[in-house]
Amino acid sequence: MADCNETLKELDRFLDNELASEVISDLSSHLEGCVDCQQTFEFHAELRNIVKLSAKQEPMPNSLITRIQECFGTDLQEDLDNS
Amino acid sequence: MADRNQFSTEAMQYARSLYSTALRMTRNASDAEDLVQETYLKAFRSFGSFEEGTNLKAWLFRILTNTFINTYRSKQRRPQESDLGSVEDLFLYKRLPTLAGQSDSAEEQLLDLFPAAEVRAAIENLPETFLLPMLLNDVEGFSYKEVADILEVPIGTVMSRLHRGRKTMQEALYDYASKRHLISEKD
Repeated sequence: MADCNETLKELDRFLDNELASEVISDLSSHLEGCVDCQQTFEFHAELRNIVKLSAKQEPMPNSLITRIQECFGTDLQEDLDNS
Repeated sequence: MADRNQFSTEAMQYARSLYSTALRMTRNASDAEDLVQETYLKAFRSFGSFEEGTNLKAWLFRILTNTFINTYRSKQRRPQESDLGSVEDLFLYKRLPTLAGQSDSAEEQLLDLFPAAEVRAAIENLPETFLLPMLLNDVEGFSYKEVADILEVPIGTVMSRLHRGRKTMQEALYDYASKRHLISEKD
């Protein structure tokens, strides 16, 4: 089973969901029995959460929607212009 | 080649994500609008080269990122990566009062300490090399591999930039909280 150092080394990849399932279950077994690592992981998971919440999607200005829609078929228009 | 109308409809689904990301990149609503419009213009122009079944969101974000780097970067005033000192691992965690035995969850504690606007500012002030991977991974949820493809850098580079970007952001949040005496210095 992974020790504290090995577990903390994988903190980023674990929280980013970038590890193979064997590694995840190995780390999870360590986390179940280690309050220190558990708190560290929980803290960083929440930190990521507040980053995500802070950057929540902004409302789209209507003018931008119109401007994008005007781009639809741009290539068609160019084809016509070139013919 | 994908069907044009279907392509337009699908591409529109990502407009809000693209605009939000563009706002974080440019820190300016008018530049963000221009950047997103340019992204769609380029996307529709190269619609013929888009292969159906490939990741449309990643494809659009790649155009957005390239356009930002080529056109808007020069207007930015951000710190350079080389201006930053190195930040130790678990920077913020080691400095916040212990969570053990507190009734507040880590989430409540963090939400209380750091208003969304401060977190946004801490991210937006990151050097561009850290900002882009964080917007793509932490905010938009792209995998390391997708971020590597979008930014055209190796996966290892994405990982180290994310790691350093997150630490730098933690340092900025700590500075904010300690200046306002929201947390007491531990040392």
